[in-house]
Amino acid sequence: MNSMPLIEEMLKARAIDSRKQKDGDNYVEVPSFNPGDQVNIAVRVVEGEKERIQNFKGIVLGIRGGGVNKTFRVRKISNGVGVERVFHMSSPMLQGITVLRTGNVRRAKLYYLRGMSERKIRQKIS
Amino acid sequence: MTAAILGKKVGMTSLFTDKGAKVPVTVIQAGPCTITQIKTMKTDGYSAVQLGFEEIPERKVNKPLAGHFAKVGSKPMRTLKEFRDMNVDFNEGDEITVEQFNIGDKVKVSGTGKGRGFQGVVKRHHFKGVGMATHGQKDRQRHGGSVGQSSWPSRILKGVRMPGRMGGKRVTISNIEVMDIVSDQNIIIVKGCLPGPINSLLEIVKR
Repeated sequence: MNSMPLIEEMLKARAIDSRKQKDGDNYVEVPSFNPGDQVNIAVRVVEGEKERIQNFKGIVLGIRGGGVNKTFRVRKISNGVGVERVFHMSSPMLQGITVLRTGNVRRAKLYYLRGMSERKIRQKIS
Repeated sequence: MTAAILGKKVGMTSLFTDKGAKVPVTVIQAGPCTITQIKTMKTDGYSAVQLGFEEIPERKVNKPLAGHFAKVGSKPMRTLKEFRDMNVDFNEGDEITVEQFNIGDKVKVSGTGKGRGFQGVVKRHHFKGVGMATHGQKDRQRHGGSVGQSSWPSRILKGVRMPGRMGGKRVTISNIEVMDIVSDQNIIIVKGCLPGPINSLLEIVKR
């Protein structure tokens, strides 16, 4: 009998519990979001001894994987250069995700946005 | 302190560390094990502890073995394994659990690796194969090449690596870290991969 899914569930619950204990009131649950949404991701960044929060604001290009391996890809244009980052959905480094605007798209993976201008992207996803 | 337990491989997953690194881990369903016999220098000529793992119904054991279990008041067990020089204060019939391990311990895990069947030298011994696909060569991309000399010694030396049965042998991996322990479910989680298929027996030893 494969009891791995059950154990993964249990480990997930334990991880969330320990994070709740550690972060206290700062703990925020990951909201559900979809490809095309504009999101702001607060990431904990450790620089030597210090720890600070870095925000990454962009459009979700896609969600892949499942369970602990679930990741999502966010794209933004920074100083005219396209930047993409992949985040682990269950990573303890994520301090919070806020959905700024929901997108209206038909595809699960929005890789076609890469070649588009900002104006065109705005038209495409709303 | 020495600690040992028997377990079953459940499968692999990943855990995140506090620093955000994702590490591959193996989940083991370990114990509870019953101490079925304690061997001492005096009576047996060496010191060891015999552990029983996984309860089985009474009808599955023969009479001599049933007697062995009854002697220490234990239920019949599927597996019995001895661990040498455990020097721990236990009595026969005691139950031992994953609680004897701590997070961060370095342990040694042994098991029987997956059987690979009859394999060629490229897979079995990491040979590179002999030839190329072109330049007049034929059918020797995964061959082993020469296995010896000519008229002297007129035989192949012993131990020359050749195709044959691969895997299915005991494999021990040392110095693996214990990442997590769930004592109420008898689960121990170690870093990295372990030998053998899922549901195979594993011995976990801490020296």
